[in-house]
Amino acid sequence: MEQTLKISKIREGTVIDHIPAGKAIKVLAILRIDEKGSQTVSVGIRVPSGRIGSKDVVKIEGRYLERFEVDKISLVAPEASISIVKNYEVVEKFIVEIPERVTGIIKCSNRNCITNSKEPVVSEFHVISKKPLILRCYYCERNMQEKEILNNL
Amino acid sequence: MDRRSTVYARCILPVSDPAVHQYDIYHPFKKGFLEQDRYSYPMLKNRSVVSIDDVSKEDLTEIFETSDEMSRLLEQHKPLKIMDGKIMATLFYEPSTRTRLSFESAMNRLGGSVITVSDTGSSSISKGETLADTIRMTESYSDIIVIRHPMEGAAKLASRFSSKPVINAGDGSGQHPTQTLMDLYTIKKEKGRIDGLNIAMIGDLRYGRTVHSLLLALSRFDVSVTLVSPQILGIPEHILARVPDRTEITITDNLSDVLKKSDVFYVTRIQKERFTDQNEYQSVIGSYSVDEKAVSEMKEDAIIMHPLPRIDEISPEVDYSKKAAYFRQAANGVPVRMALVSTILG
Repeated sequence: MEQTLKISKIREGTVIDHIPAGKAIKVLAILRIDEKGSQTVSVGIRVPSGRIGSKDVVKIEGRYLERFEVDKISLVAPEASISIVKNYEVVEKFIVEIPERVTGIIKCSNRNCITNSKEPVVSEFHVISKKPLILRCYYCERNMQEKEILNNL
Repeated sequence: MDRRSTVYARCILPVSDPAVHQYDIYHPFKKGFLEQDRYSYPMLKNRSVVSIDDVSKEDLTEIFETSDEMSRLLEQHKPLKIMDGKIMATLFYEPSTRTRLSFESAMNRLGGSVITVSDTGSSSISKGETLADTIRMTESYSDIIVIRHPMEGAAKLASRFSSKPVINAGDGSGQHPTQTLMDLYTIKKEKGRIDGLNIAMIGDLRYGRTVHSLLLALSRFDVSVTLVSPQILGIPEHILARVPDRTEITITDNLSDVLKKSDVFYVTRIQKERFTDQNEYQSVIGSYSVDEKAVSEMKEDAIIMHPLPRIDEISPEVDYSKKAAYFRQAANGVPVRMALVSTILG
């Protein structure tokens, strides 16, 4: 009830819930929500949560997410839930999942990796560990830890 | 089909149909060769070797046996026709002496031929052509491509754009799998085994790509490894993270810690350009040099290896010790690369 008062319901759009506290800003950056957009976006930061203590919530009016955006969010908020809302009703809800392979959504942190040159390839990573998150570049075979992953999203 | 899926589709296509290849003249695999084995043996057939992970432990055994066979054939001084009609393209975007010469020598010894870009600075590469385009062109001119490139992952990229096998001859500070094959072969040949050995890796473990590949390969065996380097040139965390827990690793910055207990000393060059303070370089070089005094403290049957070129890390007088295995190690480059190329294209 308290939460409803802080962040109002949306009519059509997407609710991203259970984002780790403080990571909502990163989610907004992933979704390229900035001063140029026209959608109404509600953001709750450090909202009390029974399950994870404290969480962030993002509600976007009139927008549904692409697959690659969900994959990116899974790297920042691996336990986030996504609800698709139509006419004030949740018509679909799912928990994000880190894919086995992360392709084309983040840059390799190794500056000397061939994927950071002008070659016609996209970055590709194997997920070595989901908790803690560790990715290994398919090309240069370097491991990326969580901090580097967030910096290269 | 988008561009990316096109690339994936290309890389899973069989390079050529193994059934149509004829084993004419002489081939070491011909002994006891069964028709049904063509699809399962050897595993490296028509495959790229970009990382040492591409070579299984079983492949290693086969390569070592074939290398022995190649050494025997070389000693007979007879012209071979194992790779008759096959062409190797060598693309070296970085300077190389031993690797390039030994690959080209290996292919020529096998009876194949070599085409090369002698100076990448004067080719279309200098005009800004992507590596992907260069590879697409080169694969149509050759049966196998050998590449050295300053960027990590370049050989992997080449293998994705080529329907012909690609061999990584060194990519930036990444991997150098064929050097690792000859290093392992040298240890096996000199010591008679790899399992059970104490191996010391000494010098620049941070930037030296040969030690990265070698450490990962050694971790498949039952060995103890001691990493000896100044702190600033220690093994990168991303390499250490890939070594399984069962491999016993000791890290030290003191060479004298390992002199009496190691069976193999793998010494690497400490590059002057890695140091901003040249006084520090001089002190480091002094601390990690193997000289006659150090050699006298080693076990009687210890061996000293080095991927070469060496600068000051091993004193010239050590060359006359029977422990000095580095020139024998370099000489192994030809039979090992002959074995690898004939296994892939055989």
